[in-house]
Amino acid sequence: MSNNNKNYHVHIDGDVNRWSLNIKDVWQYRDLIILFTKRTMTLTYKQTILGPLWLILTPLLTSVVYAAVFQGIAGISTNGVPALLFYLCSHGLWAFYASSLKRNSTTFLSNANIFGKVYFPRLTISFSTMLTALVEFLIEFAMIFILLLYYIARGEAHPDWALFVLLPVVILITGLMGLGLGVLISALTTKYRDLTLLVDFGVSLWMYATPVVYPISQLDPMGWMYRIMLFNPMTAPMELFRKIMLGQGQLELVSVITTLVFAAFALLVGSLIFNRVERTFIDTV
Amino acid sequence: MDEKKVMIQIKGLKKEYRLGQIGHGTLQRDLQSWWAKRRNKIDPNSKIGQEDRLQGDILQALNGVDLTVHQGECLGIIGGNGAGKSTLLKLISRVASPTSGTIDLYGRVTSMLEVGTGFHGEMTGRENIYLNGAILGMTKAEINEKLEQIIDFSEVREFIDTPVKRYSSGMYVKLAFAVASHLDSEIVIMDEVLAVGDIAFQKKCIDKMRQAARDESRTVLYVSHNMETVRNLCDRCLVLSEGKIIYDGEVERAISYYTQYLQTAKDESSLLIAKKRRDLTLTGQCKIADLSCDDTVSSGGTLGFRICLQSNRDLSNVSIRLLVCNSIGELVGMTYSDPQNIECGTNWITYAFPTGNLAAGNYVCDIAVIDYSDGYEIKHDFLSKVMSFCISEKAIYFGRPWRVRTWGNVRLDKIETLGIEGMNHEQQ
Repeated sequence: MSNNNKNYHVHIDGDVNRWSLNIKDVWQYRDLIILFTKRTMTLTYKQTILGPLWLILTPLLTSVVYAAVFQGIAGISTNGVPALLFYLCSHGLWAFYASSLKRNSTTFLSNANIFGKVYFPRLTISFSTMLTALVEFLIEFAMIFILLLYYIARGEAHPDWALFVLLPVVILITGLMGLGLGVLISALTTKYRDLTLLVDFGVSLWMYATPVVYPISQLDPMGWMYRIMLFNPMTAPMELFRKIMLGQGQLELVSVITTLVFAAFALLVGSLIFNRVERTFIDTV
Repeated sequence: MDEKKVMIQIKGLKKEYRLGQIGHGTLQRDLQSWWAKRRNKIDPNSKIGQEDRLQGDILQALNGVDLTVHQGECLGIIGGNGAGKSTLLKLISRVASPTSGTIDLYGRVTSMLEVGTGFHGEMTGRENIYLNGAILGMTKAEINEKLEQIIDFSEVREFIDTPVKRYSSGMYVKLAFAVASHLDSEIVIMDEVLAVGDIAFQKKCIDKMRQAARDESRTVLYVSHNMETVRNLCDRCLVLSEGKIIYDGEVERAISYYTQYLQTAKDESSLLIAKKRRDLTLTGQCKIADLSCDDTVSSGGTLGFRICLQSNRDLSNVSIRLLVCNSIGELVGMTYSDPQNIECGTNWITYAFPTGNLAAGNYVCDIAVIDYSDGYEIKHDFLSKVMSFCISEKAIYFGRPWRVRTWGNVRLDKIETLGIEGMNHEQQ
């Protein structure tokens, strides 16, 4: 036995009201996070013909439909940005957020079997879920980037290169926000399964309350809709992402603060409640 | 013996489960109940006329368990279904939380509550080794280091890159056990996991665990209904019943305690059968009303016991017959007493039974009260598995105490060597 385990000590008691973040434990199981991610990635595309190509096909087709419906039929302006590129960017980031949230919201229910048999920090599953969503997003992003280069070559797109350093921050915050909220919901769904039904439906509605299929600049800055939208935590990442990629987007300090506060709040409260439920959920699920 | 390091310390451990539905199922009713409770009103959702029943709806899966396990111990845990064995393991492996009480673990725990947790059919054996290892707490580097050993131990090298959904259940178990047994943890918990593998592999696993306990000072907790594996693996054994430890100590004694416990649990019904049968074959003229018996007798010694016979008339020629069975209920032999005359009323009779060649172990007896006269037998009473005793022996045979499993319950007299005639001597 290695020496550093000599003073290893775990204390277990019946105190269900203790709060803890458990980050140290999660870090020890970091390899597991990677392995879970790999597993999900390989399993999703096993026995499919196109394999990971689906990751590119789905957003591409969705964006074409969005472009046709929202720009072609509804006539929503994209501020001079090529419609396909606009919708690819919007849909890409939103899909990343939505899948991070949605998949995390069922962590406890869909893993009840394995959770009942062996202990490991349950948050590893959540992190791996987010990581899976992130990898999928990055593949999509590569495709978008190639398309972006094509449009730049044609002189139709003008990215804000100076802001590119902010890109990882935007992506990270979006992912963590989805993670935090998803984890919170998953902790609550062990008892009330209604929430799972609400999540699917709620997320698709939320998309329309976020500047995804339209730029926020299309709204009247004096109107109530605009003011409310500033307090939507997904507004700032969405606008900033498009500002970076397409050079078109408008950011207000209020929405940035909203996003940061919301992300921090969701992550902290989410993991605290998650860790608390983790200890008792096997008896209630 | 130096003081061994404590690995697991359990104090007053309790686990309650509420029977039936948990909560009311909807948020609205939960809020209603909560609001009612806050205003000290009656919960509108409580069942009518059953206000106190909630108390009765709680099952004590574990009811105050205290236990200390030291480094290098192989602890067997046996008990009937629902005795709390698995609950105990679940609490130690942190899958569930105790209701009250504490557990202190002084080492990393590997739990095998199920074979191949986290195995996925679509993934190959090799991929599953990595995933399962990581779930059980290994880092990737540790798995890399042990990969070859694990594959060798699992005996499925040829199929290691085949998805495990194509494996037979035996191969599946072998691979899963191979991963779990190669962990570096200080405490290993196993719940009935060896049952699926073939005998050779079971033996290999037990040897592996024994070796881990002896050479690497790992602590093993093993739950099984297979007494043979408990015997082979463990050097200490707990018997659990209704959430409590009813025996803690030497393995052989624990097993016979458990089997006897099972028999006494069955006794009620066998007495009922005896009652029914009394009308047909037993005379009912004379019944065993009470009995007492020595607990332990040293090998070759004499066992004293007293029987109280209640007779409704004067009887002559009454003798008792003892059917001696071993701890797993197999008949070992028969003995009987000389006929006696007994009077109407209560008769306490004292007997001495020379145990002679009975080997060390636990025994339980059937007692029949019979009357043999005029060439045929009348049975007055018969009680099965009513008297138990233990024979102890300090003698060592071929380096070990008497091996009941391989040598039986009777220690026959030693063979005498009468003389040696060497052929070689004549040729010289």
